[in-house]
Amino acid sequence: MRILIVFAVLLTLAYSCSEDAPAPAIPSDPDRFVVDGIDTLTGLIAQGDYLLVRGNCLACHSANLITQQGATAAGWREMIHWMQEKQGLTDLGELEEPIVAYLATYYAPVETGRRRPLGEVEWYRLNTDQAD
Amino acid sequence: MPHRPLSRRQFLTRSGLPVIFAASLPAGVQLLGLSAAPDPTLPGKHPGLTILNDRPVNAETPAHLLDEAVTSADRLFIRNNGIAPAAPPADPAEWTLRIAGEAVPQAVTFTLAELQAKFRHHTYQLTLECGGNGRKEFYPPARGNQWSTGAIGCPAWTGVRLRDVLEAAGYQSDRAVYVGYYGRDTHLSGDPDKVVISRGVPIAKALEDESLIAWAMNGQPLPLLNGYPLRLVFGGYPASCSGKWLSEIVVRDRLHDGEKMGGQSYRVPCTPVEPGATVADADMCIIEQMPVKSLITSPKTGATIAPGTKLNLGGHAWSSGPAVTEVAYSIDFGSSWQPCRLAPPVNRFAWQQFSATVAFPEPGYYEVWARATDAADRVQPMVLPGWNPRGYLNNACHRIAVKIA
Repeated sequence: MRILIVFAVLLTLAYSCSEDAPAPAIPSDPDRFVVDGIDTLTGLIAQGDYLLVRGNCLACHSANLITQQGATAAGWREMIHWMQEKQGLTDLGELEEPIVAYLATYYAPVETGRRRPLGEVEWYRLNTDQAD
Repeated sequence: MPHRPLSRRQFLTRSGLPVIFAASLPAGVQLLGLSAAPDPTLPGKHPGLTILNDRPVNAETPAHLLDEAVTSADRLFIRNNGIAPAAPPADPAEWTLRIAGEAVPQAVTFTLAELQAKFRHHTYQLTLECGGNGRKEFYPPARGNQWSTGAIGCPAWTGVRLRDVLEAAGYQSDRAVYVGYYGRDTHLSGDPDKVVISRGVPIAKALEDESLIAWAMNGQPLPLLNGYPLRLVFGGYPASCSGKWLSEIVVRDRLHDGEKMGGQSYRVPCTPVEPGATVADADMCIIEQMPVKSLITSPKTGATIAPGTKLNLGGHAWSSGPAVTEVAYSIDFGSSWQPCRLAPPVNRFAWQQFSATVAFPEPGYYEVWARATDAADRVQPMVLPGWNPRGYLNNACHRIAVKIA
């Protein structure tokens, strides 16, 4: 059942991407998709104006384009303007500011310097008896 | 917000992965596990690939899955700008390729069957690497898929020489400047009039022996997501030059001006800039040759070995032009380097295998770093190379974590 709901919603998103399409309808009870602070339909952090992002951005591309990225408000605004110039995104009007604010708040850049640490390593035991 | 990669299961749970794929994949292509087990994978691809984006499909290969000398088709990364053709051709032999452009007096069309019948077949092992491989490490972050190290592979490609086909089409060598491509993929917006991507290479690169119009990878038809049934392959250049679902080649009498040739795409500042700088389009230059680079593919990072034992280290090294001449490893963050054994390339633009037997002086945490040098004495940097707005050409040394305990 759950997969059917997901299917229906995402199919709506996938097929509504055109220059004239209105923002996809948002389910009346969006919070039931939130688990551990994440919107399980998309992977977005379910805080602030995430539904605006879901409705206006994910009609044309996957949330992964957002969740794997970090940027400042200026950076996100520049990406939006690039999509408007090159990819057929419409003018977001008064929605642009809250969308940029959400993105810059929850998907801000992380300072990493010239080389970040290797990070979360999954350790495992390696048998080296075969080494010469 | 840390950019933690999701496991496939988390990814599915969070994003409804199979549904998006189902909406963007050709009819008739079944996703494994869509209806039964919640463990989908990309059609024709290894389940261990890391999916960066599902629309368009972009997926990279973890280093330890790239250990084979010849990359298996199911392990080659996917970097798509648009949506793969809606339906694979019923009869691939009827797939057509048009040769046109200012330097071709009379446009010519070949079917795939004609290409296969009229021209001599060639097979080369060619390294294909996305220009943005390694983008993830740049700071300030660059827009686009956040590739770590896995947008690279080196399968054996079979096809015909682009040169032979251009000559048969009667191209004018005195007018030819650049070769561009068009493919049959679809723009993300669904607009059939929008070109997804149309890049190419200078004519000198197009005429090289190893520049192929290819229909096979490792002796089998190309995977759908890698361009089935026909694509270009140019070793040593950004993979975006190697057009997929190839439908037309234009021999231009000027620099090709197709989609993603201009602006900031696949370009870097013509002169070095400070990190985070804004660079005008006019000051961005096209990336041609990819830099010297290497990847440790064995062991997988995170190996814990017993004190007193040695580690067998292995991987690949590649360069856009002259062969890699030397690979060294360090276990002390570059204070000292030891030479690796290095095999010659099977042909130009094929990656080369390196190996070493590594001893560690005492228990503890180590990082094993690898560093390649090419015939032009270009060496991989240990820190990130020059920052650029779109995060291309990161050839910093690869490293793995090892514990002696």
